[in-house]
Parts: sequence; structure tokens; C-alpha cells
Amino acid sequence: MATALSLSHLGSLMRGVRSVDEVGAEERAASLAKRSIKKASKLWALDLAIRCMDLTTLEGSDTPGKVAALCAKGIRPKPGDATIPSVAAICIYPARVADAKEHLRGSSVRIASVATAFPSGQSFTSVKVAEVKEAVAAGADEVDMVIDRGAFLSGDHEKVYEEIVAVKEACGPAHLKVILETGELGTYDNVRRASILAMAAGADFIKTSTGKVQPAATLPVSLVMMEAIRDFVRETGRPVGFKPAGGIRTSKQAIAYLVVLYETLGAEWMTPERFRLGASTLLNDVLMQIEKERTGAYQSGDYFTID
Amino acid sequence: MPAAKSGNGRVEVRKTHKLFINGEFVRSESGRAYRFEGNVNIPRGSRKDLRDAVRAARGAVPGWAARTAMNRGQILYRAAEMLDGRRAQFVDLLGSARAAQKEVDNAVEALVWYAGWTDKLAQVIGATNPVSGPYFNFTIPEPTGVVGIVAPEEPALVGLVRRVAPALCGGNALVVLAPEKTPLPALTLAEVLATSDLPAGVVNVLSGYRKELLPWLASHMDVNAIDVAGCTPDEVTEIEKAAADNVKRVVKHAPEEMSPYLITAFMEMKTVWHPVGV
Repeated sequence: MATALSLSHLGSLMRGVRSVDEVGAEERAASLAKRSIKKASKLWALDLAIRCMDLTTLEGSDTPGKVAALCAKGIRPKPGDATIPSVAAICIYPARVADAKEHLRGSSVRIASVATAFPSGQSFTSVKVAEVKEAVAAGADEVDMVIDRGAFLSGDHEKVYEEIVAVKEACGPAHLKVILETGELGTYDNVRRASILAMAAGADFIKTSTGKVQPAATLPVSLVMMEAIRDFVRETGRPVGFKPAGGIRTSKQAIAYLVVLYETLGAEWMTPERFRLGASTLLNDVLMQIEKERTGAYQSGDYFTID
Repeated sequence: MPAAKSGNGRVEVRKTHKLFINGEFVRSESGRAYRFEGNVNIPRGSRKDLRDAVRAARGAVPGWAARTAMNRGQILYRAAEMLDGRRAQFVDLLGSARAAQKEVDNAVEALVWYAGWTDKLAQVIGATNPVSGPYFNFTIPEPTGVVGIVAPEEPALVGLVRRVAPALCGGNALVVLAPEKTPLPALTLAEVLATSDLPAGVVNVLSGYRKELLPWLASHMDVNAIDVAGCTPDEVTEIEKAAADNVKRVVKHAPEEMSPYLITAFMEMKTVWHPVGV
């Protein structure tokens, strides 16, 4: 991948991106969110939500101890209950990757590291590339990069494109997720354009948000991005994953994303290889919902480990 | 019933009674209602309304418990003021007899009485304990958290107020199940509490069928205590079984009883060993 498109080709690619029907997207997302998923289907969806989760901590106050706790929670979300699967990955700052590496040895949980001057992306390309290389060298299996929204919004698609290509190359074997930060892009047209741009530049996943900007992930924005993926796959045959992140705190929201995913990209995307949920406080709610389905009693946060 | 008085020359304005959840007056999420006294629709709360009410109460506990005792007293006193201001409405609701006037007076007085207790409780119930070591050892009461209150049918107003006030006095957040056959005083009391500076979620009032709500309240892991003043003996047995899972307190007192020990029934005693000297 990542064979640089010629400039004129990039221009025609961007001009060829059709515009998004805003009202239609919002209405479709809202109607899909109303779908009621019950009992066995709900349990299946909640299990999938855990298997697809990128359990996240991205605070300035993150310590090796906090990352160790996060790793333990990611491997065994509910101590004493082996029927609850591990999460897909934990998502942390690059400086914490080495701490996590040690705690995740022997488990299926992968390490995702944000990089490229997260969350603003406002730094030098050389610095971003160096950061990615260091993160991968420290043991990151996946890199969550942010695009340079300043460049994108001022129309400098070429810079954004080339930066993604450079970062993809720096990733080596690591998977690349490209964060569009849709809350800063302003319109659905821009979201679709940025999605196509990121996928053309070699993204393995496209991701909605950093979680540091409001609004973060929304259902209509996710629908627009999933439709961009669907169209890209039809065009090129290369499957690209999707990761909504930021503001997903309840099981109900998580299930709504799964419904939109199924209806837009189909069953092949309902796997951690092609879908991730970025969340820091969703896991306990999912565990409580599972317990509610199993026991019939509403649950309390007092009986679950802190996340 | 407060049916609009005919002959006053204007169209009757019929009231839509609503649940009180998280500081808002809402219809049941189920959209259901039941008929009461022929022409009044009472919202028929569902287990999901109960779930939302408990979530609201849980969210309100830290803020309410952290209020100073004096501030909680001020707010309870304001509830008494608001109830007194609606005296005529409640007398009307309760049947307009002299007994009804007496009942409203008693309810107002109960609120004032418990308002006075908020900042005296720790002195009366708390203790400094003599211990054989270099420690200052003291015991203070703390609110238990979320309290479910199954309101008694009779007396509909004062019975309810005398269950609600002590639990509020100690700093708990409440989910009140209004009695099926006399729901209006409870639903109207919610309007009083809504204008008493109580933070949203501290009191939630649900109406509906007891059998649809009680099992979910009793088994809810996030409810710390239940006052069963309005329950039949069989219901109490069922509640005690369901409450065992998270060791809920099941508090049994006569509907009209008043005592500072009703406040501590919804409180946990915390003992602190503080080193001194050495």
C-alpha cells in the first residue's frame, strides 16, 4: 500500500467525493438506533462489544500503575468469570507502551498507542514519524494517529495525505488507525472527504475522534464514515476497519453502533479485526448489563472493579 | 377530586399527573397509565422508570450527602413552607374534612421537626469512645445511599412525609413508590419537593402497579435500604428474600411513627481511630 498517488490524481479523487445527504444520514442513524436488541441477541452483542473494545486511558496523569491496572482489567474484565472475553486492545500514550508490554505478555490483548502529537496533530512531520517509530519499537501493535486538521481545513489535502503515507511507512508491521477528529471537521462532506483521503493513503482503520473534542463520536458521523468505507471497498477491494471513539459510555450506545455497522458494512465487519470501540468507561456498563441479563436484577457499580 | 369547578365560566383544565424522576416531571417511558376514581389518569411506571429513578438517585447521593447538615435542614424547612403554601390543595385532595386539615398540619410539622434534627443528629447519635490506647476514637453517622420507600396507603400524606423526611434528613437519595390506591398526595408532594431547592434526583416519585415495581426495587443491587411501611406481610417476606443478595436494610416502622432513630435506620455508623499524643 501507500504508493503515493500523483498530485493530480489526489485532486481528482477529492473532487470526485460525492456530497452527503445530511438529513438522510441523521434520520437513518436515528431510526437504526431505535432498534431493540433483547435477551440472547443482546448478550451476543455485549460479548462482541467487549471483544471489539479498545480499553482506553489517555490522561496526563497516567502512571505505570494505572496502565498495569488497565491491562489487568483488559485481560480479565470480570475477575472470577472466565466467560467474559478479553478486550481487543488497550489504548494508551506512547510513553506508557513499555509498561503495558510487560503486563500483557502471554495474553491476546494488543497494545494500541496514540501518536503524531495526539490530540491536536499540530507538530512537525519529522517529529510525528519519529514518535510513531519509537512507539512501535517500544512494542505497540497498533498506532492511532491524528490527521492535521489545520492542513485539511485549509484545503491542503496533499500535506495530510503525505503525512499519513509517511506514518504508515513508519508503522512497519503495526496497524494504522487514522483519527479524523470529526468534531473539528464541521460538515459531513468533510468527514466523507477525510475518510476517503485516509483510506487512499493506506489507513487500516479510520477512527472518529480523539475523545478530547466535543462532539466526539456520533451515530450519523459513524454512518457517513462506514458508507465511505463501503464505497472504498467496492472500488478497491481492500477492507478498511472502523473505530468510533469518545463519548460511548453505555451498552445501549455500543449496541446502536453495532446495529449501524451490521446494516452498513455487514456481518464481515463484526469482528475485532475490522471494528473497534474506543472507550474508557464503557466496559463496566457492559459487564453490568450482562450480569443483569443473567441474574434478572439491576446491578450496582459497587460490585465491579474500578475502570 | 380536584375536578374543575363548573360554572366559573371557563373551560376545564385537566391535569396530567406525572412521575418525578431526576428533578423532572415525566410520563412513564412505557406510555402507560391507569384509571383512578373513574376519570383521573395515573402514570403506570415500568421497571425501566424504576431503573432510571435509581440511577438518578445514585447520581444525587454524593452531592446531597456532602451538603452541610445545616443546609439540608434549610431545604427540609423550605419543603415545609412549600407544603404549607399548598395547604388548601392538599386538604382538598385528602377529602376536605377536619381530619384532612389535621393531616396536612401534621405533615408540615413533621418536615419542620426533621429539619431541626439534621444538625443535631451527629451530637446525639454520634459518640466519642473511650479506648485503651493513644487514640481519639469517635463514631459518626453517615447516609447509607439510595433508599427505596414503599409509601403507605393510609394516611396518604402524613404517612408518606413521615417516611420520606427522616431518610432525607440523614442525606440519602430516595425512590418513592406511591400507593396504588391513593397516589395523588405522593405525586403532588413531588411538586412541593421540586420547589424546595432539593437537588435533582434526591427524591424520585413513581406511581404504578406495586407488583410491577416492587420486585425490581427489592432486587436492585444499587439500592441500599427499603422502607416497607406500605407493604403487606407477604410483600415484606418477598422483599426480604430479594434484598438478601446485596444485604439491603429492610426498615419496618408504623407509617406515622416519628423518632430520631428513624433517621439512623438509614445511616451507617462510622468509627474512626485517630492517633493522639505519642
